[in-house]
This record gives sequence, structure tokens and C-alpha cells, in this order.
Amino acid sequence: MSEQITKEENLEELHPMDKWLRSERMPHIWCPGCGIGPTLYAWARALDRVGINKDKVVYVSGIGCCGRGSGYLNVDGFHTTHGRAIPFAVGIKLAKPELCVNVISGDGDLFSIGGNHFIHACRRNDDLLVICTNNFIYGMTGGQLAPTTPRGQYSTTSPYGNIEHPFNTPHVADASGAVYVARWTSIHVRRLEKSIAEALNMKGFRYIEVLSPCPVNYGRRNKLPEPDDIAEWFRQSSVVRNGADTSKVEIEKDKPLILGNFVKRVEKPTYYEGLKKLEERVRGEG
Amino acid sequence: MEKTILTGKHFWYGNIAIAEGAIAAGCRFFAGYPITPASEIAEHISRRFPQIGGIFVQFEDELASMAAILGASWTGVKSMTSTSGPGFSLMQENIGLGAMMEVPTVIVNTQRGGPSTGLPTLTGQGDVMQAKWGSHGQYEIIALSPDSPQEAFNLTIRCFNLAEKYRVPVILLTSETIAHSAGKVIVPPENEIELVYRKKPKVPPEEYLPYKPDEDLVPPMACAGEGYTITTTGLTHDEKGYPDTTAEAQEKLVRRLNDKIRIHRKDIVDVKEENMEDAEIAVVSYGQVSRPAKRAVKMAREEGIKAGNIKLITIWPFAEHVIHKWAKQVEYFIVPELNYGQIYLEVKREAEGNAQTILIPRMGGTLITPKEIYQEIKKVSGK
Repeated sequence: MSEQITKEENLEELHPMDKWLRSERMPHIWCPGCGIGPTLYAWARALDRVGINKDKVVYVSGIGCCGRGSGYLNVDGFHTTHGRAIPFAVGIKLAKPELCVNVISGDGDLFSIGGNHFIHACRRNDDLLVICTNNFIYGMTGGQLAPTTPRGQYSTTSPYGNIEHPFNTPHVADASGAVYVARWTSIHVRRLEKSIAEALNMKGFRYIEVLSPCPVNYGRRNKLPEPDDIAEWFRQSSVVRNGADTSKVEIEKDKPLILGNFVKRVEKPTYYEGLKKLEERVRGEG
Repeated sequence: MEKTILTGKHFWYGNIAIAEGAIAAGCRFFAGYPITPASEIAEHISRRFPQIGGIFVQFEDELASMAAILGASWTGVKSMTSTSGPGFSLMQENIGLGAMMEVPTVIVNTQRGGPSTGLPTLTGQGDVMQAKWGSHGQYEIIALSPDSPQEAFNLTIRCFNLAEKYRVPVILLTSETIAHSAGKVIVPPENEIELVYRKKPKVPPEEYLPYKPDEDLVPPMACAGEGYTITTTGLTHDEKGYPDTTAEAQEKLVRRLNDKIRIHRKDIVDVKEENMEDAEIAVVSYGQVSRPAKRAVKMAREEGIKAGNIKLITIWPFAEHVIHKWAKQVEYFIVPELNYGQIYLEVKREAEGNAQTILIPRMGGTLITPKEIYQEIKKVSGK
């Protein structure tokens, strides 16, 4: 490097994405190699790309590593209870429909303790963008079995290997009626950003799963101990198959990881739209 | 088009009076899940909200309903849910979040017999302590209990006013008896209904601290989408709303969450005292039991027994100053309640050393009769 950065002000120059970040809260709590940061980066870039007013963006999270994100981003952020991010977000969106309401949470939060809320929000077609950072494990609590842990894999509560059948979350979303379903990984930041932007331009229940490394609590127990081992697994095993049948995209050990924008349905009325139409009919205006 | 506030004289079930009270209080977001004996509140709101422009959602469960009313309140809308014992248990999780995030909202708990599924169609008062202590951690909450459809209407409005004033979830503790008793309800003209709204920030966004309290210990509340870039969490937090999981932050925050209710006890507590001037025996009652209690005192007075009534309209925070005061005058407090002694122990604690406290327990399912209370009054009077 010919020019050393010596002056302090040079270090304090704003990154183009800094407006989305509560810089005073850095450093964050996430481990080296974690996929949550790149996912939030892709989300913020997508918001920029779509041109949404920052003051109208709401970020609701549940509990877990990913839950902390709502306090790091410079938007209205709600760090709620375990599994309840979706219904909390539904309350915000229905009461103030002009807001762009996003739920970004983990696989345990959205599909274990919050599974019932997920499928019912899909069914009602609540107008939310839900992003799941799926790291196959309970990271915050120290690496316990998740509803997404692949069969045979190790966690602190499956020390002899997982005997359960994991959720194929895009299939859950698709079968429950989500209007948009995609899966990317946190190393596919450009395609993820494009996918998020596409989803932000739609209305109804939109779901994007982001496969995300957890080197500390998943990788270490599954022969992927270095910070970039899981990212390398993603790079080597990913196969992009847009429009793939979601029933055939299960994640299995030593099988290709199928990524892509799987489902884009003709938009159907959201719960709010249905309610407004009903209101017109009841009031004799429709 | 249907009117929003149905000013006039009505013959309503308690549950209908509560739904109309909520509408009159300005509630425009309702989330709930069917449960006996509370369902008529949701049913009535689902019929009325489309007429007046409110959001009604029947959620997948009570966990979601409670989360949704917190979310809705964060947009500035007045929100409510209604349930009964089993659903109230599920709601405790997010009642705690509401206390921690300081969210104004109202929960109606139509008590039935418990524990567990208990007596779905019959009355009880077994959730009094649950209303106070139901969620984990140390927090203070407000709970009111009506004894008639008219009072149910009035207190529903007061629940919203207290929730907005103190930024706290407020519980209306009714019961199957109140829910399914019909009575006269007078709805006043709109301009006679006093409504309270939460304090809004008076400073620009760059100076605003979402959890910096005013002198009354209540912080002004900016809502989602107003440009204040708020952040809030169920974690122990500082005045910025940022997680601060230290003993110091915990001490500061939890003390304030409790003190903001405790220092306003006299504003929040509402009791109705009758025949207390010369009373030697006081019947302390709440909810539907205050009706047979009133009758029993009348019967005792006719016999020349110096008995009086203390009806607790506010259950939490407890009317300890009231009991403390009367304990110096009366010899006995008689506490009839549809449980095995909950408010009884609160009264006993305050009466300690000054007056004796006697419980008339009933496990639920049916009311305590005026005669049963009267007999207890007569027994202790020595007449």
C-alpha cells in the first residue's frame, strides 16, 4: 500500500451504507464468519435500490442472534419475544399500512417456536417481507438442535447425530400460500439483494430464506470449523434453479443446495385489502 | 351508516358493554382468539369495526393476539384483546413485553373457573394474582374489575385512559357472571366521554430518547413511521432503547417501571365506600361479589349491625392506603371472593395488628349469596 491511512478522519469516512446503520452501536455481537451481517447488508442495499423512505421502514425481529439486528439498523426497530416477531409485525402493518414492514429472524424463531404464526400469516396473506437467516442451529444459546438441522448433523442436544426430519422452509411457505418464495445464501449477496428488491416491490406475504454460516456453533461440531468453511460449502454445493419445485429443495448433507427464486404467484388480496373491501360492502359504499 | 358511539339507553350483556366501551374509548385495533366466556366481545367487535373503520383480526392463538396488539399500539392506535383463563395464561409472555417496552394496551380477562380448562362456562375470580404476577420478572400492572354491564362499559374506557397515561398494559378483570348478565347501560354523548392520549415527544428526533422519562416517570412515546427512528427491546435497555444488560441498567429500569405505577397509586386506585362512617365490620369485595356484599350489608344494617362496604374497583395496584386507613376503625374485614383467598391476603397484610380478616371462599362455579355474607357479618358481630 503506497498511502498509509494515518489520519483519524480518513477512518471515519462514511461508508455508503452507513446511513442504514446505528454506528454508535458497533461493534456488534456476531461472530467472525456469521452470515447475518451480509444478509442485512443485502437488505439495506435492496431498500436503497427500491428507493423506500427510511422513515417508513420497520424492522421486527424475534429472539436469537438475528434478533439483535433490529437494534443495529437505523430504522424503527422492534426486538420482540421469541417466535412472535410475525404477529407483532402484523399488528404494526395493519394499524399503519403505509409502512414497509420487514421481519428478519432466525430459523428457530420463525419455524420452531414461531412456526404457527408463520403458516397463518402466509394463509392470511399478511403484507410482510419475512427473511429467515437459516444457520441450521440455535446459535445464541450455544448450538442446540434446530428444526432445520440436517439429518445426521451434530448439535449440543443431538450429540450422536440428528435423528429428526428438518423443515424444508421454502416448501412450508409455498404450501401455506406465500406469494413470493426464494432461497439464497449469505455469500450470494448480489442475487440476494436482487431477490429482496423484487420482493419489496410486491405485496402480500413474501418469504426469503438465506442460508447462513454459523462457524462457532454449527461448523465447529460438523467438521466445518474455520470461519469460511461453511461459506466454502455453500460456494461448492450451490445450484441455482429458479422456479424449482419447492417440494424438491430439501437440504441434505452432501447433496446440492438448490437456490433460486422459486415462487412468484399472481398477487392475491392481502388481509388488509380484504378487510377494506368488506368495510365498503358493510357501509354500502362498494 | 352505523354510529360510532351509541349514545342512549341500552339493555346489554356485559361483554357487549365492554366492546362498546372500547369503541367509545377510541379502540380501533382488536386481535383475539375464540374462548368461552369471552367470545362475544370479539364477535361484537367483528360486526361493529367494519361499520366504523377498525381493524379486527382473529389470530391463530392468544400468543399472536397479544403480540399484535402491542405492534398495533406502537403505531399510535388504541388496541385491545379479550380472553379467558387459558388464553390469559398464553398472553402472559407478551404482557411482560408490553410492561418492558411500555406499551399502552388493554386486555380483557373474562374469568372462569380454573385451574387449567376448569369450568369454561362458569364464573370465578381465580386469576386475580395472575393478573398481577402472571409474567416473569418484577413489574407493576393496572387491573380494574367491574360489577355490572354499566360499570364494565365505564371501566373499559378508564382502562384505555390509564393505559395511555401510564404507558402500561391494563387488564379488565371481569368474569363469566359479568360477561353474561344483561343490564341497563347508559352511553353518554360523545363530548361527555373523557379520553386520554399518550404523551408525544416535544423534542426533534435527534434529541429524542425513547425511554427518558418525564417527572411522572412516564416517557413520551414516539411511534413507528413518525421519523423518530425508535428502537425498542424486551431486553433491559437504557434511555435510548439500546440493550444494556448490566445490573446498573436493570436497577434503574425495573425500579422506574414499578415506581411509575406505585407513585400514582392514589390516582389509579378507585374504591367505593358505603356505610363506612361508623362501621365496625367492613366487607371488602370486588367484581360481581360486591353485589351480594352490598345486599348483605343492607341486611346487617337492618339488624342494627354496624357493617359497611368497601368495593374495590381498582384491583391492582392494591388499595393498601384505603385498607390501612379503615383498619384503624373496624374490627373485622370480611373478604368474600370466588377463589381460596387472593385479595384476602392483601387485605390481611394491610390490616395486620389493627383488625382481623376473615375469608369467605368459593372455588368458583357459582356466586356467594347475600345470606352467606350476612351470616358471617352476624357471627362476628356477636349479635
